[in-house]
Amino acid sequence: MSSSDQTPPVAREKSTGLHTGEIKPGVAKVDPVIVMDGIQRRFGGLTAVDVDHLEIPRNAITALIGPNGAGKTTLFNLLTGFDKPDQGEWSFDGRSISGVPAFKVAQRGQVRTFQLTKALGLLTVLENMKLGAKNQTGERFLPSLFPFLWRAQDEKIEAKAEVILKKFKLDAKSDDFAASLSGGQRKLLEMARALMSDPTLVMLDEPMAGVNPALTQSLLDHILDLKDEGMTVLFVEHDMHMVRHIADWVVVMAEGKVVAEGPPDAVMKDPAVIDAYLGAHQDVDLGVVTGRIPDPSGTGKKAAEQIEAEYEAEVDAEVKAEKRKKK
Amino acid sequence: MDWLQILSNTGSSILSPATLAYALAALGLAVHFGYAGLLNMGIAGFMAIGAYGYAISILTFGFPWWGGVLVGLVGAVIFALILGIPTLRLRGDYLAIVTIAAAEVLRLLFLTTAFDEVTGSADGLSGYHSSFRDANPIPQGTYGFGPWEYNETQWWVRIMGIITLAFAILLVWSLMRSPWGRVLKGIREDEDAVRALGKNVFSYKLQALIIGGVIAAAGGIVYALPSAISPGVYVTSLTFFVWTALLLGGAATVFGPVIGAVIFWVIQTLLSNVLPAMVQAGVLPFMSSIQAQTLRFVLVGVALMLIVIFRPQGILGNKKELTFVK
Repeated sequence: MSSSDQTPPVAREKSTGLHTGEIKPGVAKVDPVIVMDGIQRRFGGLTAVDVDHLEIPRNAITALIGPNGAGKTTLFNLLTGFDKPDQGEWSFDGRSISGVPAFKVAQRGQVRTFQLTKALGLLTVLENMKLGAKNQTGERFLPSLFPFLWRAQDEKIEAKAEVILKKFKLDAKSDDFAASLSGGQRKLLEMARALMSDPTLVMLDEPMAGVNPALTQSLLDHILDLKDEGMTVLFVEHDMHMVRHIADWVVVMAEGKVVAEGPPDAVMKDPAVIDAYLGAHQDVDLGVVTGRIPDPSGTGKKAAEQIEAEYEAEVDAEVKAEKRKKK
Repeated sequence: MDWLQILSNTGSSILSPATLAYALAALGLAVHFGYAGLLNMGIAGFMAIGAYGYAISILTFGFPWWGGVLVGLVGAVIFALILGIPTLRLRGDYLAIVTIAAAEVLRLLFLTTAFDEVTGSADGLSGYHSSFRDANPIPQGTYGFGPWEYNETQWWVRIMGIITLAFAILLVWSLMRSPWGRVLKGIREDEDAVRALGKNVFSYKLQALIIGGVIAAAGGIVYALPSAISPGVYVTSLTFFVWTALLLGGAATVFGPVIGAVIFWVIQTLLSNVLPAMVQAGVLPFMSSIQAQTLRFVLVGVALMLIVIFRPQGILGNKKELTFVK
């Protein structure tokens, strides 16, 4: 693959003006595609998700971030019908989808991918793609016995699949079993397969996990393309560069609750978010923080010193507390 | 040893109703396990439903033979629904446990003396042939050559068995090349992925269970066509023999189950003839001829193990498409 056949990345404008009123968790959106109210999901004593009110803006890219165990994937599962909440209401595209089974949610135009990629390994790449298309006559039992009823549609689906595969640079692999793809290619395939159903909302669970930097760039472009094509994207991700780069709106979860939301730049300066998730030194190179790389500006050293100081202060506090307890 | 007799018996087994019945049952199991990934360990139950449904509706209710066939097949649909609706939400291995139990419950129901008048309990059922044989268009006489020399009734049973098998093969083949089959193969891989693409996974699994079950029940009917029904046939070991035939031929193939069933019965017949003959000839001095008869089942078990370990995809299967090792 030469670099000349790749179009240089174009800076794309972010969507703004998505909300109405003051920015705070649960702020109303101008045109929400998903509205959640009072959703709670408990696993035994643990409340994994506890969202009072949240709206996801239409035709924008929304990132869902938060520390491990914040309930992001659980919320994903609830929204897509893979899990049922203990209480709460939510609607998609103006229609309630509370308690609607997963396959019907997908049929209504809300498709998802999984954190652990679910490429169907023993089907070919092309078969994987064709499986993604909706309303196939040949997928019903009786018509499936008579090829003349579904052949034309199947050919149309195949043509569409080939176009999408080409875009995701998987066209050379279309006759291979999906099991032969690399981890990153499987991520691409899963995303491409989701697009076969012409969804309204695409939900991506950690699309960048385990994908190499070069592929990350093309995946990012694909996600931005989705917005240009009129789709809404909601994704979970830990890579803050990616979130900053492509998200129009960021929702931060911690301990099951939405602690902050807003445009990425504003949210990432929010002290609550820095506290709960990002940490104070997110912008400093890890090597600088550990002192292995010299840092000309001195910020790293400062950061390292600061960390050390914080650590010592914490230890001191703990020691004091211990002493107090003993007394 | 009378090698000519042994070879003749062995050759004859290729066309025996038992082989056709096994081929049908294995084909049904291929739909369940090979294509839909349902670990059905109760295939003997589906065969019993077919056989008893056929015989009971003729003997007790005076149905014509085709009415009996319909009852047997509809019975399999109902059994699949009863079995499937509560259990298809379970994961694969739990389904295996439930199906093996359901098949046993069914067999014990047919065996119990409580329904002796209808089921014949331990004696089984016989004497339901007149309607089927009356429909035979073949004039009286003996036809064929070599090991395949049968009278008109024997041919009638075999021809109907072969027609049923051919129809079932056509059905499975056209289903599996269609988008319907594609969804089913997707479910075999990962239910959640297919669910996320908007397919009603439960409905597809139920449809697969019904279709496979009906084909297996047709196998049970073919098994019952030549002589009689004995509850001792529809035991768990029948399930494992069908599994052996299926895995031998290739689970995710259309012709694999047929080839597997033929090979299974050819080897079975050969061993059941050769082993006692060897005992009589003094080649196997350490066992009696009854023990020699049982030895073949030991060998079947060994063969099943060897297939699963060394050729999991079967004779016709594609190793990339179906293995037990993930």
